[in-house]
Formats: sequence, C-alpha cells, structure tokens
Amino acid sequence: MLEVLTEFMIIDIFVRNFGRFMSGLRFTITLTLVVMFLGTILGVILALGRSYGIKPISWFCTAYIEIIRGTPMLAQLFILYFALPAYGIRLSAVAVAYLGFTLNCAAYQAEYTRVSIESVGADQYKSAYSLGMKRWQTILFIVLPQAVRWSIPAWTNEFIYILKYTSLAYIIGAPDLMTQGKFIASRNYQFFRVYLIAAIIYLIIVLLSTWIIDKIEKKFKIPGFG
Amino acid sequence: MEDKNRSLLNIIDLKKSFGDNLVLDGISFSLDTGENKVIIGPSGTGKSTVLNCVNRLVVPDGGEIWLEDTEIISCNNINEIRQEIGYVFQGFGLFHHLTALRNVMLGLIRVKKVPKKEAKEQAIAKLEQVGLLDVLDSYPAQLSGGQKQRVAIARALAMEPKLMLFDEPTSALDPELIGEVLNVMKNLAREGMTMLVVTHEMGFARAVSDEIIFMEKGKIVEKSSPEKMFKQPENPRTREFLFKLDELYGKGGEE
Ligand SMILES: Nc1ncnc2c1ncn2[C@@H]1O[C@H](COP(=O)(O)OP(=O)(O)OP(=O)(O)O)[C@@H](O)[C@H]1O
Ligand SMILES: [Mg+2]
Repeated sequence: MLEVLTEFMIIDIFVRNFGRFMSGLRFTITLTLVVMFLGTILGVILALGRSYGIKPISWFCTAYIEIIRGTPMLAQLFILYFALPAYGIRLSAVAVAYLGFTLNCAAYQAEYTRVSIESVGADQYKSAYSLGMKRWQTILFIVLPQAVRWSIPAWTNEFIYILKYTSLAYIIGAPDLMTQGKFIASRNYQFFRVYLIAAIIYLIIVLLSTWIIDKIEKKFKIPGFG
Repeated sequence: MEDKNRSLLNIIDLKKSFGDNLVLDGISFSLDTGENKVIIGPSGTGKSTVLNCVNRLVVPDGGEIWLEDTEIISCNNINEIRQEIGYVFQGFGLFHHLTALRNVMLGLIRVKKVPKKEAKEQAIAKLEQVGLLDVLDSYPAQLSGGQKQRVAIARALAMEPKLMLFDEPTSALDPELIGEVLNVMKNLAREGMTMLVVTHEMGFARAVSDEIIFMEKGKIVEKSSPEKMFKQPENPRTREFLFKLDELYGKGGEE
C-alpha cells in the first residue's frame, strides 16, 4: 500500500512540475550536444597540434590537455565563474557552463584522438607519400578519417559522461535538470523523490542516447575498425 | 659508367648513415628503361634504404640519384617525382578505411586531380590487370595478404609510373599466396615495366631479371646476370650467401 502511494507521489510530483523538469532536460541536452560538437572540433585541432604542430604549438597543446585533465572540472567551473570576475571578466552561469564544459571536453577528446592518430601505422604514411601526397593531404584524407573511427567508443563514453556531468552546472546555478530539481525540491521539500525523478530522467536519456549512437555506429561500421 | 641521360634511373655513389651506423657506403648502379634488376643481400645491409632514398622517403647524406633529367636528392618538386615512381613494400600500406577500389582511386583523385568518374574507370582497369575485379568493394581487413599486395601494386600502377620499386613484396605472405603476387610482377616485367626489386625469390630473379645486385654492409659486392650469378659467382661472399638462400628458399630454378 505504502509503495503504491510512493509511486503515486512520484508521478504526481513529476506531473505537477512537468514544465520545469522538461525545461531542465532541454537545457541539459542542448548543453551536452553543443559541448560535444564544439569539444570534438576543438579536441581534434588540439590533437593535430600536439601530434603534428611545430614545437611551441605542440607544447602548448600538450600543456593545455594535461592541465585540464589533471584538475577537477569543478575547480575549472569555479575559476571561470568566481575567479575571472576579479580580472574584470564576468560571465553568466549559462556562458560559464557552455565554456567550461567545452574546454574540459576538448582536452579529453584531444587525448582520445591523439591515441587514435598514433594507431595509424607508418606503412600508410609511406604509401601515401610515395603516391606523391603531401603531408597535409595524408593527415586529412588518411590519418584523420581513421582516427575518428578509432575514437568512436571513447567519444561515446565522453558523450554519456558529459550528459551526466553537466549536472555540476547546478553548483553555479545554470538552469539544467539538476538545478530545476533543486528548485522544485526547495518548494515541496520532497528532496528524495524529486532527485529520484531527476535520476530516472538521466537514466532514460543515457540509455536512449547509447542506443541511438550504437545504431549510428553500426550504420557506418567498416570492417577492420573496432 | 653509363651516360646519366640515357638511363632511366642512375644512382651514383649513394651514401647514408643513421647516426654512427654507416648504412650505404657508396652505392652506384643504373637502370635503363624496361630493365629489371633484383637486389639481394643479408638483413640490415641497406637494401630497403636504397629504395627509400630513390623516392626520398629517406634523405641520403651524399651521392646523386637521377630519374632521367631530374636529380632527386636536390630537386624541389619531389611530390611530382614520387608520382613517377611506384613503391610496393612488405607491409602493403593499404589505407584501412578505404575499399580496394578507393585505395587505387585516392592517388588519382587527390594527387593527379583526375575527375572521379575517370579515376574510377582507370582504377578498375588496374585492379583488373592484377586480377582483382571481384573484390573492388572489399576493405583491406577482408582481403588475403596476396590480394592486399595486388591492390598495392594496382594503386602504384594507377599513377602510371616510369619505375616500380618493390621491397620484399612477398616476405609477409603465406607461401601459398606468394605465387599470385609474383605472377603479377612477372607479367609487369614482360610488359616492359622498369623494375627495381628487393627479393629473395630466386625463381623470380632467374625468370625476369636482367641483373642481380648482391649487397652487403652498405656496399655492392657483385652484380651480374642471373645465369652468371648462379653458375659462377666471382666473390666468395656471394657464393656463401646464395648457398644460404638455397637452404632457406630452395633452388628457385622453377618457372
Ligand atoms: N629510419 C632509420 N633510423 C635508424 N636506423 C635505420 C633506419 N632505417 C634503417 N636503419 C638501419 O639501417 C640498416 C639498414 O637497414 P635496411 O632496412 O636498409 O636493411 P635491409 O637490407 O633492407 O634489411 P632487411 O633485409 O632486414 O629488410 C639497419 O641497421 C637498420 O637498423
Ligand atoms: Mg629491408
């Protein structure tokens, strides 16, 4: 009897606050998609810089990647949100969320891409050069397409990771799913149930996106990769 | 010494060290159009390095390499020169993300700027020449070693090179697959392709080569026609090496 009541209350809370949950979800999904898109592009650029750049560029990319990967994301968000204003740079919570997660995601993507770049064997460079291909052509038409394919599993993990970790945005008050949940709970005091609903929503979109990515991956699968 | 303007390829006093390791110690030989020469020699002797120098994948320390009127070491259009020189080596170097057909088309499209439709026709013709019409749409991972190497040959041929370099093209293959690759190479030689081949397949050398060059420790010990090389090698080192080859690979007299 009690369980039924609890379930009923969860549904009740969800229905009553549907608009808020959905707006939080919309923000979380948009943030994740934009961060993954920009993070992947920036990550590939950083990886190319690290692997093929002249020394200062390679060093810069390496330093960036290692610093970001070596510090907590929370600290990175705090620096952007609380420390930068001291230097006259004042960003909104939403801007900090987009910027912070993109910069963080890029470093991880760069590392996955670099490992994939290095998995393309010397023989392929040799045959590309002996056909008369230039270095940039070899990188663009031979190395990158393969590196991208090798990176897909890591990319999928990163996607799921970012999807969940955007919840850190609630600490600076960006209106993501977690923040909306906190707002709802602060009014109805149903902390456990509200966060349970949020968790269930996260779980559903994680499973859904894993399924979609899996479908896409299968569609573009090439024999010999993964 | 041959007239450098008459030979297709003329290598003069080639020298190369990797650090303290003197790998090429004054290598000279030449190839006329249509000639086929085979380089043999013990492991680590610098055979691959000679080929790598010819298309400047390795930059020599000294000497000259002439492809017709162009000196390769000092030229400033190396990407154009490389199109004239096909290179096939042990590891195939196929592009893993492209089908057999696409592997052959890539150089045509990106380097020669041939329109896609023509590139496809030319690529199919080359794959037909190496007997691979049935695997046009297969990816490298789906091909046997022998098929991979034939794709690599078709890919090199598609650029219409004047000279083909082969570096132990059959060494990575299972014994039963060696024949199909050697046959393609023999046909190529008979059609008049100029070829410089590092191989220990003495059957191939005997059948099609004009000269065998025996290299050891960065030097040419002896070069002569296959008949002479097998019947009466001058240098005792050559004799010793050929004897070892016989033990490893068999007599190789068959055709
Ligand atoms: N890029 C390189 N850097 C340093 N040393 C090299 C390099 N390439 C070749 N060498 C060295 O040069 C020597 C000759 O190598 P090379 O590959 O030309 O010999 P090879 O006659 O082709 O031998 P194998 O029959 O084993 O293929 C070897 O001692 C090798 O270790
Ligand atoms: Mg070699």
